[in-house]
Amino acid sequence: MNKALKIVVLAKQVPDTRNVGRDAMTPEGSVNRAALPAIFNPEDLNALEVALRLKDECVGSTVHILTMGPLRAADIIRDAMFRGADGGYLLTDRKFAGSDTLATSYALSCALRQIGADLIVAGRQAIDGDTAQVGPQVAGWLGLPQVTYAEEIEQIKDSSLVIRRRLEHGIEVVESPLPAVITVCSTAAEVRPQNARLILKYKYAATRSELIGDNESLRAEMVAERDYLNIVEFSASDVECDESQLGQAGSPTKVKMVEDVVFQAKESKVLTASDADIEGLMVELMASHTLG
Amino acid sequence: MANFFLDNKDLQYHLEHPLMRKIVELKERNFADKERFDDAPQNFEDAMDSYRRVMTLTGELCADVIAPNAEGVDKEGPRVENDRVVYASGTVENMKAVNAAGLDGITLPRRFGGLNFPLTCFVMANEMVARADTGFENIWGLQDCAETLNEFASEEQKQKYLPMVCKGATCAMSLTEPDAGSDLGAAMLKATWSEEKQTWLLNGVKRFITNGDGDISLVLARTEEGTADARGLSMFVYDKNDGGMKVRRIESKLGIKGSPTCELIFTDAPAELVGDRRMGLIKYVMSLMNAARLGIGAQSVGLCEAAYRESLKYAHERRQFGVDIIKFPAISEMLSNMRARLRGARALLYETSRFVEIYKQYAHISHERSLEPEERAEMKRYNRLADAFTPLVKLMASEWANALAYDAVQIHGGSGYMKDYACERLYRDARVLNIYEGTSQMQVVAAINGVTKGTFMEQVSQYEVLEYSADMQPIVESLKALRARVEAMAERVETINKEYPQYKDFHARRLVESVGHIIITYLLAKQASEVEEYKSDAKLLAKQTEAYIASAEVYINSSEGSDVALFSEVQEQY
Repeated sequence: MNKALKIVVLAKQVPDTRNVGRDAMTPEGSVNRAALPAIFNPEDLNALEVALRLKDECVGSTVHILTMGPLRAADIIRDAMFRGADGGYLLTDRKFAGSDTLATSYALSCALRQIGADLIVAGRQAIDGDTAQVGPQVAGWLGLPQVTYAEEIEQIKDSSLVIRRRLEHGIEVVESPLPAVITVCSTAAEVRPQNARLILKYKYAATRSELIGDNESLRAEMVAERDYLNIVEFSASDVECDESQLGQAGSPTKVKMVEDVVFQAKESKVLTASDADIEGLMVELMASHTLG
Repeated sequence: MANFFLDNKDLQYHLEHPLMRKIVELKERNFADKERFDDAPQNFEDAMDSYRRVMTLTGELCADVIAPNAEGVDKEGPRVENDRVVYASGTVENMKAVNAAGLDGITLPRRFGGLNFPLTCFVMANEMVARADTGFENIWGLQDCAETLNEFASEEQKQKYLPMVCKGATCAMSLTEPDAGSDLGAAMLKATWSEEKQTWLLNGVKRFITNGDGDISLVLARTEEGTADARGLSMFVYDKNDGGMKVRRIESKLGIKGSPTCELIFTDAPAELVGDRRMGLIKYVMSLMNAARLGIGAQSVGLCEAAYRESLKYAHERRQFGVDIIKFPAISEMLSNMRARLRGARALLYETSRFVEIYKQYAHISHERSLEPEERAEMKRYNRLADAFTPLVKLMASEWANALAYDAVQIHGGSGYMKDYACERLYRDARVLNIYEGTSQMQVVAAINGVTKGTFMEQVSQYEVLEYSADMQPIVESLKALRARVEAMAERVETINKEYPQYKDFHARRLVESVGHIIITYLLAKQASEVEEYKSDAKLLAKQTEAYIASAEVYINSSEGSDVALFSEVQEQY
């Protein structure tokens, strides 16, 4: 029997950059969110699965999502609830607009101080920025140990976790005390599917903003009646923070220029099907150690 | 992301049928569960929203997990190790996914952990699973055995077995034996009461048992010593954890290879009697088989969907003589008829599901309170419709699934004969659909009374008075005329049969399929009156119906009573 853990998963709703079209970027060099479908950042789903498995192991544990983004980011909180999360927090405010990774991690860490957690799990990186900075920076702001590139929790001890990391040249097994921040990579277990019963239980979950002007509906009625349907919404003023460190003001990163890069094929060689040509190629490939 | 529910407007159309309101009311008993269960609906709209969401989830799993695994499962297949079935690795993955998604116990009451969804939703899920992998539908769809327990088992048995099914336990119907196939009444597996162990013990052999090594089996066994017919048979529920059952072998089959077909040996296997002795085959297994037949209807329609889509895609991509082959009338005609039959079979499938559902719900309610006279009358009416339509849909859908699979291979040409395309697997998978759970010939035996005793035609009268759009009127008029001709055919058959017994047997299939064509065309004409997209299908089906009945009519009218002898010659020849 393991002790109950309060787990918070950091997640981000991202434009699906895996299927980009012409209008994926704005002329200013930021991502054109309107042109791409919004999805749950893939590695954050791996992070969610790590958290849910801990919850399965440690009876009484809870898993909550924390996400910063526009109102519609509540969609990924509901998605997580359909897979087994208990609820979530949406950090949303115009004051967060234009945040780089530092301002984002600052805002998240302020919210996390308020929420309190034994364990914070995040995806390694988001597919719209690919920085892999937010998780480690959160650990920095909160002064917590961090384990990056985590693939699996191998052992749960009283006040620490044994974690397998997937590194470029092999694996490394480390032990970290709790509380801690873990960032999870895509080689970790795939997230479980949504569950029919959880979909039915949580389908009306909503934030307070989503309910504005919606007093008559069944959803409003249900949220009022059932506390677990409340997705907590934090604005900047709901969390204790230094506002000068939020949004664009708190972001040292500046986009200087955006360039269209066109990948060009490298030199190509035309070979005939003759034995001589093929042998020549073999010799060349062996010399460069591509073969053999 | 692909989704077998969201990409299928026809399926969505059937979920929104007007009778769903009545079905939901019956199923939810005035939404009495809403205070007790956090996943129970608050009202009709809420319930429908839940159905759509769970069908969407099912469609996603079918497209993303089950369908991609189908080819590997077909190749690998299950095997027997240490007297137990080991599923193909893809099957294990599928089971894990549907289990994690909570797609078990879909129709069972919430108090046992079920979703309490209408049968229509279960049939839809079945259809989608079958489209993804026909063989996996067998394993997953057998959860329907639990409905038979829910209907006939004791409260104690329900408390024990139904939660297991809701958590993903798989089921099997252990009915067939080496000498008892279509003739189940000849089953000999013995059940004896052991005073010492205070339990029934099963001894004997079962054969051709789909998913025979499932966690829970419903076993047909002979309890009455010295009997040799259906009246000596009882039904048992057997829990594999109790031991005493071994898998001797699994069959090497033409198709549905992922679904293990087992030969089982029971040796002093402890089991619980379900319901009353002697009622095993007569009452419980009949009900079980009717449910299973509807399941095969769903499986058939799912296979039709897959065959049609594979063919449509290929015909648009394959170029010959400088054009996509879909441009050739010979190909587009095949595909148009495939689509019409696919939608026609589906229309009949959901019409039947609704009849079965309403009847079953009244039956359940009648256990809780006595029915009002008008409710009782309704239950009776839907019971008769369910009994007639179930074999009809099994017959029509499974035969058409074979026809569609045949055409799918034909459209693929030489490539279709190779293992490179899915249509080859579909062709093999389809072949069992009109054999198991009662061959087409047995379905005709079950349905012919519906023709001669008027059940089908009463329902056709109901279809006749519905409102149709102006462009469907000519079809409705022609159907009225066809009905009269089929009635005349039936009368001729009945008359001649009096003098020449077996005459009716020889023509029964022609009569049943004639009526089936009429009913399906009515259903499509009604759909076409509401939705533009069905118009071509309705018109094409009307032509097929007219042609089918004309041919059957010529055959019957030119067939004399003495022709019976023509068919009996072979009986003496071996």
